[in-house]
Order: sequence, then C-alpha cells, then structure tokens
Amino acid sequence: MKVSDLSVARGGVPVLSGVSFALEAGEALVLRGPNGAGKTTLLRCIAGLQAPLTGQIEGAEDRVAYAAHADGLKSMLTVRENLSFWAQVFGNVNIAQALDGYALRPLADRLAGTLSAGQKRRLGLARLLVTGRPIWVLDEPTVSLDADAVALFGSALLGHLTAGGSALMATHIDLGVDARVLDISTYRAAPDADLGASDAAFL
Amino acid sequence: MKALLLRDLRLALRAGGGFGLGLAFFLTVTMLVPFSVGPEATLLKAIAPGVLWLGALLACLLSLDRLLALDLEDGSLELLLTAPLPLEGALAIKALAHWLTTGLPLVLAAPFLGVMLQLAAPGHLWLLASLALGTPALSVIGMFGAALTVGIKRGGLLLSLLVLPLYIPTLIFGAEVARRGSAGLDASTPLLMLAGLTLAVVALMPFAAAAVLRMGLR
Repeated sequence: MKVSDLSVARGGVPVLSGVSFALEAGEALVLRGPNGAGKTTLLRCIAGLQAPLTGQIEGAEDRVAYAAHADGLKSMLTVRENLSFWAQVFGNVNIAQALDGYALRPLADRLAGTLSAGQKRRLGLARLLVTGRPIWVLDEPTVSLDADAVALFGSALLGHLTAGGSALMATHIDLGVDARVLDISTYRAAPDADLGASDAAFL
Repeated sequence: MKALLLRDLRLALRAGGGFGLGLAFFLTVTMLVPFSVGPEATLLKAIAPGVLWLGALLACLLSLDRLLALDLEDGSLELLLTAPLPLEGALAIKALAHWLTTGLPLVLAAPFLGVMLQLAAPGHLWLLASLALGTPALSVIGMFGAALTVGIKRGGLLLSLLVLPLYIPTLIFGAEVARRGSAGLDASTPLLMLAGLTLAVVALMPFAAAAVLRMGLR
C-alpha cells in the first residue's frame, strides 16, 4: 500500500497535509502523535470511511480490515454469533482460529453484552482474523486490554505479519513486534490552509 | 447478504429487539378508534380502510429510528462500510429484515383488526393485498429517512417529519384499494398504482439511502 501527499480534514478543518509513506507486505507501521494530531482521521481515510482532501491512496481498496474504538459487537448475540457474522460477511466460515487466538473459546456462548471491556476488545480484535484482509488498520487496538491480552494481540499481529500481511496502527505501547514509527505531528496542516475542506459541495 | 439478514432477524427477535412493538401499537391504535368515534357500525365501516392503513403506517414509522441508529452506536455500521458487501445491497437487506419483522406481522394482523372495525367482508382480502404490496415501500422509504438522519442525536422526530410526506402516495393508493374493495368496487387500478410505486421505491431507495449514508458518515 502506498500513500502519497495525503491531506485529511476533520469536521471541515484540515488536520494533516502532505502525508506520504509506503507499507510493504510483512511490515508494521506505528503512527505516533499527540491527542488530536489526526491519527484517527488518517486511519479512517485509509480505511475508506472518509475521502481525502488531496493526495492518493493506492492498494488499500478492499484489502483493509479496520478496527476502531467501537468494536461493532451486538450485545444480544453470543461471542460465536458475532464472530461468525463477520466471518460470513467477509466470505469465511472458519472462526476456530480466531476464537483460539484470543482465548475466547471459554466465552464462546456468552452474550457479548455480558463481557467485560477487555473481553469485548479481544472479540473486536478477533474479528480481524476472520476478515482474511491483508492490511490491518488499527486505531488504539490495546485500549482496555490487560498485559496477557496485549501479548495475545502481539502474537496475533506477529502471525499476521509473518503470513505476509501488514499493519498500520495508532498505538502508544510496545507490542513486542518490530515496527517502523511515523511521527505524524510533523505533517500538521496550517490551521488556515484552504484545501477545499468547506462544505462547498453543498452550496 | 444472507448472514446480514439472519443477524438482523435474530437481533429483532431477541430481548430488546423491538419485535412486536409495532404490532402492539397497531392493535392499540385500532382499538382506540371505536372509543373515540363511537360504536356506530355504518360510520366504522366507512372509515375502517383508512384507519387501518393509517394505523399500519404509523406502526411502521415507530420502529424506523432503530434501523441504523443501533448499528451506528456500536460501530458496526462503519465496519459494514469497510466490508466487501455493497452498501446498497446491505441497506436493501436491512430494509427487508425490517419489513419481515415489522411490516409482515402488520399485514397478517390487519384482517383481524378489520373485523373489530366492521370492515365489509370482501374488503378483508383487498386490505390484505394492499398492505402486502404497500408495506415494503414503507420499509425502504424509511431506510432512506434513517440513512438521512443517522448521525443526528434524537433524530427520531426529524425522521418522522421527513418520511411521512414520502409515505403519502403509498397511503393514498393503499387505502383506496381497501376502500374500493370493501365497497365492492373494482380496485385493480389503485392496486396497480400501488404495486408500481412499491417496485419503484424498492428499486431506487437503496441507492439513495447508500448515497446519503456515505455523505453523512464523512
């Protein structure tokens, strides 16, 4: 995947401009930057949830598995039902590996609504394994995880990278995986930069 | 696609899913009518088709704000946008699930409620036919309204205001089928109009809903 000269806006205000990087197969890239630097906006843009103001994203379409702050779980469905739903949406059937990868098997028949925050997060991350997508785009994946669960995530990530996948993450903790770091605060857009972020399309 | 349909049906049937709410509302509204206008049989007979159609329409409206709002809250709407399903198809499937859990029970209950309102005998079949043809349109138009108001906090009232005018043609032709049918007149013209309307909105609305949803989530 290749990103060149990307500018993104949040709420009509440009937050980043001129972002360029490449992500090779088997590589992990960690985004760093203070709160509000635009990490989430950049990730949403790469996941295809919002359009960039300028610039190109190549090789991301239909290859990205996105995980953000909300896990997309239905509280009235069981762990197994939640996971199989996403597996079927992405054209897979086998959820055994994902259940084992995040130690979810003992919880498989519990309703997702009765799980703790960390358990929900594990289920949210297990969803990545059933998508079969090569590029993981993760926004603070380790929120509310304990040390053991972070280790589970680390090994799942390592497995994904060794299998030729790649990952783009906004995270502040060390995952025990070799990762390049990209400090996005250097791409901060000038506050008055006029990149067409207004509601011109609606006027 | 099938997985999404099954998930939505399963969610509707589980606790808190809201299945039966619309039906109970329809039942209550229809029951209130004789109390408010009096038990006179000729009057009830005359207004029954219109009242039943209006009741079904309002019952359908009641559940629209749940169509997409719940998926937005827990984040699954965004994940669906990144999934390989075309958004138009996903929204059409969700509207179908809404119809199966809300519209279809209304259709099946209407003839029984017709008895309560002294609906003339030949009218029951026409009422059933008109609701069966008309309620899918209510669901897909409602999906468009839900997509339009999805990001808005407490957008339920706004949704009703936006959607109700779009329901007018369906209501006119649907109630006309039931009225003519119960009066023993030929109802085929409004029935064809109703069918045409439903086919048109079923074909077009998923695209409109997907377009406004993409715009709204950005």
